[in-house]
Amino acid sequence: MNIALILQMAADTAPDRTAVVCDGRRWSYGALYEAAKGAADLFVANGCEYVALLDESSEAAPIALFGAALAGIPYVPLNYRLADTDLGALLDRVSPAYVIGDVERSQRLSKGHHCNTREGFVRAAEAAAANAAGEEREGEGIAAQIFTSGTTAAPKAALLRHSNLLGYILGTVEFMSAEEEEGQLVCVPPYHIAGISTLLSNFYAMRRIVLLPAFEPQTWLDLAESEQVTNAFLVPTMLARVISRMDDIGKADLASIKAIAYGGGRMPPELIERALQLFPQTNFTNAYGLTETSSTVALLGPDDHRTAFASDDPKVRARLGSVGKPLPTVELEIRDDDGKLLPAGESGEIYVRGEQVSGEYRGRSALDQDGWFPTRDAGYLDEEGFLFLSGRADDVIVRGGENISPGEIEDVLASHPAISDSAAVGVPSVEWGEAVGVAIALHGGHDQPSETDLKQLIKDRLRSSRVPEKIVFVDQLPYNEMGKLLRREVRLLFAN
Amino acid sequence: MKPGTKLKSAVCSTEVMVIKGKDLIVQCGGQPMADQGGDTSAAIDSNFAEGSKVGKRYVNADGSVELLCVKAGEGSLAIDGKALTTKDAKPLPSSD
Repeated sequence: MNIALILQMAADTAPDRTAVVCDGRRWSYGALYEAAKGAADLFVANGCEYVALLDESSEAAPIALFGAALAGIPYVPLNYRLADTDLGALLDRVSPAYVIGDVERSQRLSKGHHCNTREGFVRAAEAAAANAAGEEREGEGIAAQIFTSGTTAAPKAALLRHSNLLGYILGTVEFMSAEEEEGQLVCVPPYHIAGISTLLSNFYAMRRIVLLPAFEPQTWLDLAESEQVTNAFLVPTMLARVISRMDDIGKADLASIKAIAYGGGRMPPELIERALQLFPQTNFTNAYGLTETSSTVALLGPDDHRTAFASDDPKVRARLGSVGKPLPTVELEIRDDDGKLLPAGESGEIYVRGEQVSGEYRGRSALDQDGWFPTRDAGYLDEEGFLFLSGRADDVIVRGGENISPGEIEDVLASHPAISDSAAVGVPSVEWGEAVGVAIALHGGHDQPSETDLKQLIKDRLRSSRVPEKIVFVDQLPYNEMGKLLRREVRLLFAN
Repeated sequence: MKPGTKLKSAVCSTEVMVIKGKDLIVQCGGQPMADQGGDTSAAIDSNFAEGSKVGKRYVNADGSVELLCVKAGEGSLAIDGKALTTKDAKPLPSSD
């Protein structure tokens, strides 16, 4: 199996249809496939062991991804936002590589690579296409190697095999299911799993991809309009910025956009409720997945959103904060610390199994003997099988033997009119081993609520064990560019 | 038939990739399919001329064989003279 099949089928079936729009240039499936074949020849001739992308998104990403696939070499998109030391360490781990993008940094930070600029690479690939053999090589069977963000230790090299990615696409996307006018606005960075899965899913559906390398709400709105975009993926913070920009300029609707998928970080309930109210015609989908699972393993679809939003039943209403149900092609279980299966309603660690689940890192596999992957995410299923996340398993606060999920405290704080954002973390406690600490950011124009009032609020809505021992007020909570809260940095706020 | 193996029709442009297989001979247009397309002198059997559709998954009756059509053609797919049927998946909303 080879993911190059996705582009081959599209190029065979409708070679002239537009695949990618970037910086005003339009690429057809036929032209991209030719360039990918040329790129494969460049990689094979070069003798590199990896193809690394050190660049923002552009047409170079799909050309390198599919070119590497044809050549049987792993594609490694690198995070260009990393500091020199960290990036240099990752470059050393993929030597010798054909590096595309920032030649200066690559050469300065690591030795033994062949480096080319984005433009230089694309030109070379197009030039090599004329005589390219287009032969498919198997290699180690690894399509992509993605370094995890490494919040707790050195970044892990997650491996995604052709069989994982192709299993995901064939199991979830219908070939050529998009109408020719459909377009997807893509603003996730190429080094994130979503940057790869969006290329594969939309190429297979044959939905035109409109690339926006650097997200900015006004540019996003302008591009959506000029390209008549129908679909988009956003992380929650981006959606918040789009809505706030629309408020500022008095723009009422999303024009051509029919569907918005979101994921990658926690969606505040107020934000999704506001979005559903503002855009009743838009189909919202919440996706939950990990790098190690080739992207989405569970989703809350448009009908689930509407049913939950319209319901007076608190249980149904709560599902707006869930990540929906597992994909039909994925098995999902909740287990306790001893690996014992937990019933509905009880929180534990999320385990998944399926063709798309890799769970493999360079040098070792995290799968158990039956093929299950422990995600290290904590969560529970409700009685109808909707999955609720309660943070990373490592984020659970253990106070005197009682497990407290940060989410329950954050949800209560979110109901306070002055609070815009909050994070609950475990802080060292002599009495309890660990106690609750909360960091709070306020809306502009509101007075800081007293600690006594906040403690009372949590005591009334939850119970006394959830009451924070420490409260700090901050201007803003620390997030990474994908909208993921950096709890490790929140913990540092309580360090003294 | 190993997953990932590609088979070509001898009588038309149909190509399939094995998703799930066992050692059975797949026919297209009434003629055996093979890695390299096999004997091309035969014509399409009119009983197997409904065509294959790109992107569709084809399965046999007991579900032990599943093929993905990667290139459409005029012949239709069968095993042991029994026509394969398409497997319809419930469409999922696009999530990425």
